[in-house]
Amino acid sequence: MNVAGKSVPHESARGHVTGEALYTDDLVTRFPGILHAWPVLAPHTHAMVTRLDAAPALEEPGVFTVLTAADVPGEGDCGPNRRDEPLFPKEVMFHQQAVAWVLGETLEAARLGAARVRVDYEPLPALLTIEEAIAAESYHVGPVHLARGDASAIESSALRFEGELAIGGQEHFYLETMASIAWLDESGGVAIESSTQHPTEVQEIVARVLGVARHQVMVECLRMGGAFGGKEVQSNAYAAVAALGAWKTRRPVRVRLTRALDMALTGKRHPFLARYSAGFAADGRIEGVRIALYSDGGWNLDLSEPVLWRALFHADNAYYLPAAELTGYVCRTHKTSQTAFRGFGGPQGMLTIEEILDQAARRLGLPPELVRERNFYRGGDTTHYGQIVKDAGRIETIWQQLKQSSGFDQRRAEIQRFNTGHAHHKRGLAITPVKFGISFTATFFNQGAALVLIYRDGSVQVSHGGTEMGQGLHTKMQQIAAESLGLALEAVRIMPTRTDKVPNTSATAASASADLNGAAVLDACTQLKERLAPVAASLLECAVHEVRFGGELVCCDHGSVPFRQVCEAAYRQRVALFAQGYYRTPEIYFDQQTGRGQPFYYFAYGAAVSEVEVDGFTGGYRLLRTDILQDAGDSVSPVVDRGQIEGGFIQGVGWLTLEELVWDAQGRLATSGASTYKLPSWSEVPDVFQVSFLEGATERGGIFGSKAVGEPPLMLAISVREALRDAVAAFGAGGVVTFASPATPERVFFAVRRAVAEREALASPAGGAARR
Amino acid sequence: MSKISRRRFVEGTGAGLVATTVPLQGQTAKAAAAVPHTTVKLTVNGTVHRLDVEDRWTLAEVLRDHLGLTGSKIGCDRGECGACTVLLDGKNVYSCSQLAVWADGRTVQTVEGLAQNGKLDPLQEAFIEHDGPQCGFCTSGQLMSAKALLNHNPHPTTDEVRAGMTGNICRCGNYNHYVESVLAAAATLAADSRRKA
Ligand code: FES
Ligand code: FES
Repeated sequence: MNVAGKSVPHESARGHVTGEALYTDDLVTRFPGILHAWPVLAPHTHAMVTRLDAAPALEEPGVFTVLTAADVPGEGDCGPNRRDEPLFPKEVMFHQQAVAWVLGETLEAARLGAARVRVDYEPLPALLTIEEAIAAESYHVGPVHLARGDASAIESSALRFEGELAIGGQEHFYLETMASIAWLDESGGVAIESSTQHPTEVQEIVARVLGVARHQVMVECLRMGGAFGGKEVQSNAYAAVAALGAWKTRRPVRVRLTRALDMALTGKRHPFLARYSAGFAADGRIEGVRIALYSDGGWNLDLSEPVLWRALFHADNAYYLPAAELTGYVCRTHKTSQTAFRGFGGPQGMLTIEEILDQAARRLGLPPELVRERNFYRGGDTTHYGQIVKDAGRIETIWQQLKQSSGFDQRRAEIQRFNTGHAHHKRGLAITPVKFGISFTATFFNQGAALVLIYRDGSVQVSHGGTEMGQGLHTKMQQIAAESLGLALEAVRIMPTRTDKVPNTSATAASASADLNGAAVLDACTQLKERLAPVAASLLECAVHEVRFGGELVCCDHGSVPFRQVCEAAYRQRVALFAQGYYRTPEIYFDQQTGRGQPFYYFAYGAAVSEVEVDGFTGGYRLLRTDILQDAGDSVSPVVDRGQIEGGFIQGVGWLTLEELVWDAQGRLATSGASTYKLPSWSEVPDVFQVSFLEGATERGGIFGSKAVGEPPLMLAISVREALRDAVAAFGAGGVVTFASPATPERVFFAVRRAVAEREALASPAGGAARR
Repeated sequence: MSKISRRRFVEGTGAGLVATTVPLQGQTAKAAAAVPHTTVKLTVNGTVHRLDVEDRWTLAEVLRDHLGLTGSKIGCDRGECGACTVLLDGKNVYSCSQLAVWADGRTVQTVEGLAQNGKLDPLQEAFIEHDGPQCGFCTSGQLMSAKALLNHNPHPTTDEVRAGMTGNICRCGNYNHYVESVLAAAATLAADSRRKA
């Protein structure tokens, strides 16, 4: 390998460090006469709009027009799956939902205009929590089922228990907020620059809203300043507003949410409530689980259904569940529409089983790591939905290697000593595994496409269906094309993602984009090499099968010609120098009715060991050390993948320990900025942070033997939650330790109080007697 | 200091700031109401600009919307993320939280001013080499905070780098790579100055 598998700079690195890499909103000054949009926000959590009078806003200097439902030439609904996302709602479904949009010559004018739009509302009662939704049977989806074996096995287990875990959501806080610019192109179509993971869906929704065919709409995404799932479907509405504005006014229109608006309006990771009962043998083996997962889907369906399915698929994490009865619901509440977020339900499912395992361990008086290990999938096992766990042996391999390299056993002993010597500070240690299924669970999304153009000077343009959000997809595509054609990286230029280059693409999501689009790029390059080889063979006077591409040359055993010379010769011989590549993932399917199938092409594995120290007086803690071993296959781009692992882990630490979304009793989001919503920063990085890749991990069928790495590392952060639990347990007398997620210092503090109280109760003569 | 106080600025950014209204009809472009303007002199990346700015404009707005320097990003609009960080007389500040009029007569350096005659600053080189940026949106801010840090502390420790850059969030979580980048740049600069000495 020449450039694939090497650590090369990010495709846009130079642009990033010079400020030349452009993001959607950086283009504003290139559009003279652009109008700026500001939403009219409903001050109610649930209400009917009884009257909307835009006229006063038009009195505001600088206001150009107000967009309302009356302006929609097509269908005013942005719902990707169900038609349940009106662009101009008659019924307000969450606090600060936009009911109209004001376009102004300046942002300030639009904002002042929005304040003058007169809207009358008739407030209605609102459902704000999962519990309220359950009581009201307010569901978007459910119940759905996934089962194996007979979960009544629980009833005869040596250890039986039940419980509940509340799992908080997460704000994406992609550093670049939602942004779109729309304008009319020279031939009367509409062009949109959008910060989106899914240009094709933006195209579809805009065409729907404008009532035009999709060929009238072109969507481009240069790059995103982060997305993490938040721009998979949620960009649609803002692009639609920009497009509708441009359509109505014939002027370019810019929609860019401020941070406060972005947090108020856009969807987040789903909060979940898990209710479970479990049965274990005395040696810690799982005998059966019953789990009901309730997700808070917010006001509309969005991607909540596949998110729920992924949670159910991952309720096993890396463990064999001999009997499992899983039920899922998506609750309908009056909140923002919860949506895709790195892991896509998987993390919530996995957190639930990890909670169950830890509780079982403490109830049985066994080390949690031993209980985890005893339940691992082994070679030949199938999941609770009937898929063979390919390479299941890697779970154990990673586990043992990581325990070894992190000095786990010896540190357990050291921590015990530390804890004995410190009454008010306790350390905790935990190791947790990750098994994450790769592929979209909706089988038809698993296709990728690319367009590769070779110019006569031997330079190459690659367009592919994926978008760049910082995950390094473009870097990998550049490496794959350069590797395949035997060129230097600089000879290959990755083009912005556009719907008129590659049509009908899937969202850049599910960690699968390098697999799907990479295989498509490779397919196109292979076709081109097949066409160029005979040309080169005639130039070199050798047989076609002797021709090789490498080092900017096309060679055979006795000579070589520059690649560019072959391209020029091919052009003169009338050989087409462009090709489309295509790929569809083989062998995957799933039947929701029977709950059986093979939804994933492969699994990505990993494990993490984390050590924390908790201050019993405050509940504050420090992440002392984390060791990670990740199976990334044969990484195409090790430096990119390392960034994904570290960044995913840190984001997971945020989700599980810091980032707490708070809605008040009126359903208003109280955490509306980084000042009230704590994001992981420099001080949350572990003091010692070691990341390694599993060696010899070639993934047959993955592009150049590699594996997806975008989402799986997020769930490595579960080790931090479990380490915190371990530390809290050290304050107590060995009983179970529970706290909702995230494990904020506040929650840890109260958990420590409970643990201390338990120990004191046991130590007092009366308490001891009661226990006996 | 300018005649606009921070207090008045903060009060003025609320939705309550309503300019005098001039009634106009329908879909015609309307002139914005008169707002106070001030002519300021800003030296940005070595170039002197005389600009007529509205008193309420932030430095970030002037840089991005009026000077076309879009390398500084807006991540939070209100002093919470660091994406808009620039150097004002050599000190790192949030340009979203500075009025342009406050910068009158002062020197501003943005990410666009880091490279000299097409040659990248050692920090920029190190950021590329150590894969600092993922999505790149926080990067210009990180660079400018790192620049300010190295200007007053050319040999920082890991902890000093972390402390010196706490005001810059990276949602991609690439903090380790940024630390490595800054330490590497510091080492390069030290080697350069030894060579020159
Ligand atoms: S945009 Fe200025 S600090 Fe976030
Ligand atoms: S690189 Fe994306 S926010 Fe820092």
